[in-house]
Amino acid sequence: MSFSAKQVKNDFPILTQIINDEPLVYLDNAATTQKPTAVLAALETYYREANANVHRGVHTLAERATTGYEAAREKVQHFINANESAEVLFTRGTTTSLNWVAKSYGEANVRQGDEILISVMEHHSNLIPWQQLAKKTGAALKYIELTEEGLLDMESFHAQLSEKTKIIALAHVSNVLGVINPIQDIARLAHARGAVLVVDGAQAVPHMPVDVQELEADFYAFSGHKMVGPTGIGVLYGKRTLLEQMDPVEFGGEMIAVVDEQDSTWKELPWKFEAGTPNIAGAIGLGAAIDYLSTIGLSTIQEHEKSLMAYLWPKLIAIPGLIVYGPKDIAKRTGIVTFNLDGLHPHDVATAMDMEGVAIRAGHHCAQPLMRRLSADSTARASFYLYNTTADVDKFIEALLATKEFFAHGLN
Amino acid sequence: MALTKLDQLYRQVILDHSSHPHHHGKLEQSTTQIELLNPTCGDVLQLQLVVKDQVIKDIRFDGSGCTISQASASMMTDAVIGKTVSEALALADQFSLLVQGKDVPKLEELGDAALLNGVAKFPARIKCATLSWKALEKALSGIKD
Repeated sequence: MSFSAKQVKNDFPILTQIINDEPLVYLDNAATTQKPTAVLAALETYYREANANVHRGVHTLAERATTGYEAAREKVQHFINANESAEVLFTRGTTTSLNWVAKSYGEANVRQGDEILISVMEHHSNLIPWQQLAKKTGAALKYIELTEEGLLDMESFHAQLSEKTKIIALAHVSNVLGVINPIQDIARLAHARGAVLVVDGAQAVPHMPVDVQELEADFYAFSGHKMVGPTGIGVLYGKRTLLEQMDPVEFGGEMIAVVDEQDSTWKELPWKFEAGTPNIAGAIGLGAAIDYLSTIGLSTIQEHEKSLMAYLWPKLIAIPGLIVYGPKDIAKRTGIVTFNLDGLHPHDVATAMDMEGVAIRAGHHCAQPLMRRLSADSTARASFYLYNTTADVDKFIEALLATKEFFAHGLN
Repeated sequence: MALTKLDQLYRQVILDHSSHPHHHGKLEQSTTQIELLNPTCGDVLQLQLVVKDQVIKDIRFDGSGCTISQASASMMTDAVIGKTVSEALALADQFSLLVQGKDVPKLEELGDAALLNGVAKFPARIKCATLSWKALEKALSGIKD
C-alpha cells in the first residue's frame, strides 16, 4: 500500500483545527508530536475498562492493567530490537532516562581524574546531568566540536577519546542541526577504550528504524510524546550486564523483593528501577503509538521526511537573506530545519507565522552551548513528521515570504 | 490575509523604536545596573540608571532581543527618565495592567509604551514586552525610600 501523508493526517484530529483563521500547519514536531485516534482510543479504553494498579492486585482489572503494561514493554523491546524486555525500563521521558544513567551508573563508575565526553550539539538534557556528575565526582567534562559544515567532528572525537574516558554521551540526531551521528562507529571506538556509550535517541526513534543491538549502544533513551505517544512516558534501554550492576535511583513500593527494618532487596530487572505506581496509561499509549508507527513502517516515514526535505530545500534556500544552520547537503539531515530570516528576531518570525496558522519553534532549543557555536542568540526551527504534506511545505514557504515582506514594508 | 492581525502588535511606532531605540547603549557611570535574562528565548537586557535624590536622571539599555522587547525597552526609558523612583514603579504597575488587557487609569503617562496594548492579544509575547519593566522594577526596588 502506498503512503499518503494526506490520509495519515486524517488520523490526527487536532490537525483539522483552524488556528488564527487559517488551517493549522504543525511544524513543531521536534518539540512534541500530535496523537492519532488510535493512541487516544487506547488511553480511553484503558481508563474505561482496565484501570488498576500493576503487579500487586489479584483481581481481574489488576490483571488487565499488568498485562497491558508489560505488553507495552514487549512492544518497545521489539521496536528497538532489545535483546529482552527486561532491558526496557519505563521512565518519565528522555530527560529522566539520561538522569538515571548519570546518577546510578555515573556515580558508581566515574572517579576524580576520569573524563566524560559529550558534544557541543547536545540538548541540555544530555548535557547538565553530565556536568553535574563531573562536578560531583571531580571528573572532567569534555566536548566534541563540530566541523565547519555542522557535523560531529570525528577528528575532535579521536583527539579527546582516551583511557580516561569513562562515559560518552551523544545525541543520535541533533534537535537543532538535524544531523545523524555515527553511533555505531563511536560505540566501537568507545568500547575499545573501555568506555560506555549513552545515546539520546529522542529525535531518532520517532523518525527512522533504530536497532539498539546493531548500534551497539550501552544505554539508549527516548520519549513517547515525540513519537505520537502520550507525554510523561519514556524509555531507558540498557544492556543487561550494565543494568544488573546498577543501583535503583528511586526507592519505594513496587521495586522491592524483601524489606527488613534495616535493609531491603530489590526485584529483578526491569522492576527494580520502577519505584511507585508507574505511568501505566502512558506505557499503554506508547504501545499503541508503536503499533501505529509500525503499521506505516519507520523506513516509509524516513523516506517521506526525506522527500519533504527534498521538496522544501530549493524553495527555502532561494529566499534571500535566509540563513540555514547545519549541513547544506540534505542527505546528511533529518526533517529538522533551523534558520534565521534577515535581521529578524525568531520570536517575531514565529508570531507572524502563527498568524498564518503555521506552528514553528523559536528560541535556543535547550541547546545554549550550540547556539553560541552558531553565533546565534536564538533561532527559528521547523520540524516535519509523517503527517506533514507538500501542501504544508508550500504554506510554510508562503508564510515565510509574507513574514519577510511584512517586516520589510508593512502590509500592502 | 492573516497577517493583518499583526498590525495590532507591530505598529509603525513600535517598529521605529525597535530599529532606532532611544537611550540605547552604555553609560560611563551609573548608580544602579542590572542584567535580566529571558531564559525561555535567550534574550538579554542590561539596564543602567543614574538615580539622584530619588529621581531618575539618566538611563540606558543594551542587550539583544526581539522587536517587542527592544521597542518596549526604548519606550520604557522615555517614560521613566526624569521621574521619581515611586513614579517609575507606578508606571511599571500600569504597564503590567496594560499588557494583560486591563484598564489603565492614566494611560497617557506611559507615552509611546501605551501603544504596546496590542500585546495583550498575543499572550506568548507578554514577557517580551515586560522584560525591561521587570528589570526597572528590580533595579529600583533596592533604592526606593
